[in-house]
Amino acid sequence: MSDDVLADLAAATGGDGARPAGDGDAVAGVRPRYVAAPGSTEEAAALLRVAAARNLTVVVGGAGTKRDWGAPPRRLDLLLHTRRLSGVVEHAAGDLIVVVRAGTPVAELQAKLAPAGQQLALDTPLPAGAAATVGGVVATNSSGPRRMRYGTVRDLLIGITVVRPDGVVAHAGGKVVKNVAGYDLGKLFTGAYGTLGLVTECAFRLHPLPAARAFLTCRTADAAEAGRRAAAVLASQLVPSALEVDAAPGGGTGIAVLLEGTARGVRERATATRAVLDGATVAEEPPPWWSSYPWRSGDVGLKLTAALSGVPRLLAAAGEAARRHRAPLAVRGSAGTGVLYAGLPAATAPDVVARIVTELRAEAAAVGGHAVVLTAPPAVGERVDLWGPVEGLDLMRRVKAQFDPDARFAPGRFVGGI
Amino acid sequence: MTTTDISTLAAALRAVLGDAQVITDRQELRTYECDGLAQYRVVPALVALPRTAAECAATVRACVDADVPFVARGSGTGLSGGALPHADGVLVVTSQMRAIRAVRPQDERAVVEPGVINLHVSRAAAPFGYYYAPDPSSQQVCSIGGNVAENSGGAHCLKYGFTTNHVTGLEVVTPDGDLVRLGGDAPDAPGYDLLGAFVGSEGTLGITTEVTVRLTRSPESVRTLLAGFAGTDQAGAATSAIIAAGVVPAAIEMMDALAIEAAEAAVRCGYPAGAGAVLIVELDGPTAEVDADFTEVRRLCREHGAGEIRVAADDVERALIWKGRKSAFAAVGRISPDYIVQDGVIPRTALPEVLRRIAEISAQRGVRVANVFHAGDGNLHPLVLFDDAVPGQAEQAEEVSGAILDICIAQGGSITGEHGVGMDKVSYLPRMYSADDLDTMQLLRCAFDPRGLANPGKVFPTPRLCGEAPGRRRGVHPLQEAGLAEVF
Ligand SMILES: Cc1cc2nc3c(=O)[nH]c(=O)nc-3n(C[C@H](O)[C@H](O)[C@H](O)COP(=O)(O)OP(=O)(O)OC[C@H]3O[C@@H](n4cnc5c(N)ncnc54)[C@H](O)[C@@H]3O)c2cc1C
Repeated sequence: MSDDVLADLAAATGGDGARPAGDGDAVAGVRPRYVAAPGSTEEAAALLRVAAARNLTVVVGGAGTKRDWGAPPRRLDLLLHTRRLSGVVEHAAGDLIVVVRAGTPVAELQAKLAPAGQQLALDTPLPAGAAATVGGVVATNSSGPRRMRYGTVRDLLIGITVVRPDGVVAHAGGKVVKNVAGYDLGKLFTGAYGTLGLVTECAFRLHPLPAARAFLTCRTADAAEAGRRAAAVLASQLVPSALEVDAAPGGGTGIAVLLEGTARGVRERATATRAVLDGATVAEEPPPWWSSYPWRSGDVGLKLTAALSGVPRLLAAAGEAARRHRAPLAVRGSAGTGVLYAGLPAATAPDVVARIVTELRAEAAAVGGHAVVLTAPPAVGERVDLWGPVEGLDLMRRVKAQFDPDARFAPGRFVGGI
Repeated sequence: MTTTDISTLAAALRAVLGDAQVITDRQELRTYECDGLAQYRVVPALVALPRTAAECAATVRACVDADVPFVARGSGTGLSGGALPHADGVLVVTSQMRAIRAVRPQDERAVVEPGVINLHVSRAAAPFGYYYAPDPSSQQVCSIGGNVAENSGGAHCLKYGFTTNHVTGLEVVTPDGDLVRLGGDAPDAPGYDLLGAFVGSEGTLGITTEVTVRLTRSPESVRTLLAGFAGTDQAGAATSAIIAAGVVPAAIEMMDALAIEAAEAAVRCGYPAGAGAVLIVELDGPTAEVDADFTEVRRLCREHGAGEIRVAADDVERALIWKGRKSAFAAVGRISPDYIVQDGVIPRTALPEVLRRIAEISAQRGVRVANVFHAGDGNLHPLVLFDDAVPGQAEQAEEVSGAILDICIAQGGSITGEHGVGMDKVSYLPRMYSADDLDTMQLLRCAFDPRGLANPGKVFPTPRLCGEAPGRRRGVHPLQEAGLAEVF
């Protein structure tokens, strides 16, 4: 019986795109039965029609840099790899747009755009960020420091091709930056963790690479002082592309500002920035912690959000939680947009993690934000509500039920057990 | 709906909203019969004027109970017939929800009710040195709720993005009559981006009752120039050169000879005499950056054949430069009794070719077309001129207007960049998207509005049946199994 299924999956992917799964294919500890890698949107559609007919549960995977994000799937039959869905379909430099297949590594895309003096203005934080694929970045809505200037995936994605769980291919948006025809399904699929279907192609608006840039960094003794300095930068006319903070356990808080623009403009703004950030040093390269999550693979990783003015409070709360629980909680992120990341070592006792998450969740809620556990060892995942409270959950369940009525796509990985 | 049904519903609404908030008088109802696209007119069965979110939700629940459609309306300036009433339905007007609840520069946020006028948000933020970036030309009258529904743009969207990039939170009355919050002050709320899906949904997913918007720091420096060119080819080439140089202007707007003529006749903006096209280029940001880029822009304009280049020395002169552009739609009324405002998008590099095609069609059919557009992002607003008093001209103008959209589609563009599909472009949407694409979009509609009561007949040409999806459901639903969901 399983050979039949495999034969169907293989036939859908040009004869050799499917194989039985091995131990290395596990997703958050759950091992699939099959692995398949379609080579085109059409093959993916054929594959997903087989999966639908065979009632297979599906998880989509790219480079696997975030395979342990979200809860483990409740059931997993088929791991669908996007690695053969790779390459740039169209780069219209004069129009500042690119159409790219979902399995393309973002770094590879950037390398293709750079000779034209262009970029997809999206950071892919480390570790492993460099390998991250376009599809994975879209599905997890990951972003980095420069979101302050350029926005996130939702702001840059202008068109999308998807294959629905029932194997139907659909498009939304297009190849032009300005377009309000029909619903913006790109936004719906962004950050959906692969629970609504497979993304096969994305169209993005691009930005010119800046002629010059400068990083200004300084350190402060505590979160309150960091908050005051960040607020001063925000209220200034400096228009930074990023405003980051870094609070390592036991140390002070680092602040880094990125300026981008013309050579003369950046020089003058750097001087003005030093007037606001007393004692800041100027460099052409970022500080070592720039655009990286404060955790390593296998650790606990949290995302904390707040209204802008609530960032110092969240930073202070994290520092207190670290002291109270004697846990080396590292915090880093975008003080310019209200998005912080926090990491705890894998060895931290699950009940300590649980208490810290509960405390930080309350603090984040008090300043208009959320605390989400992006990644955690299984023992922690079993003890902690990864997502916390979710507004509009009932509507989200209804959306899921429309797109994936049999709940076969990444079941259980997303909010509210979706 | 029968007269008794209407009076039953009117009574139910009066009970929750109060007498003064429900309009049934035919004469009064007629003032709501159209939006900015006046060729479509429908008198609604009832108008409801809720004052609060709770009243708005109660209004929708009354509609659900009576199985009557409802249509939201803000200021009624929409140009695609989105707020066109339903003859058997309730028009829910937000004009009595106009409070600005909070302006918090320290959070870069303002919280406003849906009826608040776009420009009033910027006015409220100005004392703190902030403003609300999306600036539709109708900003003195259009409502934020309407902007959210249309995902409205404006001249400065080239650099700053559209409404969707500036709304971080919504309170929404769902088509079931429930109040739901999507997003908020902080970015990236967990779960699906329903906020993103709602913006631009043209009133078909519910009514927004509160909007949290991003405020942007007012720029240190703004510089504006007006450049005259021999024709649109040269102006188009200059635009491409500016973008290719890596400059991101706040706005690049173009007008052709006919549009200039109309503007001149209407507002005497003093644009360069004899120019075949003008470009307005505006740069803003830190002074050091703006000055460097401005020098570059002037050089590029000159290099591409600009004759006169006029630089605004102050805000008064800047306003004068913009006056011609901002009044262009109405100004066309000076040179033609009637006109259609089209809204299509093309890849910017296709501009010269598309303008030539439009000129050809215009010549062939003997229909004059004036072109005004957001050149930076390829958003065309051809104004198709006609005289309704001459039999056949209106139809001819419609044909030319439709042919222009076909050109946009053929170029890989869009049938609407900011005015929406509404009622007007329902039949064009299938030319841009496949049946499967539209079916997939409507899955979202079914999730929000399975009864199809929210602004029916708009956006999608054929409604999708929202019954149980024809999936094979074997055994217990996994969500139920996990104890996480009831059957829905
Ligand atoms: C002279 C002129 C210039 C214009 N310039 C521009 C421009 O530069 N850029 C641009 O994008 N548009 C422009 N427009 C179009 C129009 O002003 C915009 O679409 C505007 O956003 C409509 O706002 P409104 O309050 O008038 O909405 P309405 O016309 O009342 O309604 C528009 C749509 O929004 C829905 N709606 C209204 N309120 C709500 C709510 N609270 N919740 C849910 N749905 C709601 C309605 O059902 C309808 O579908 C222009 C119009 C005119 C007349």
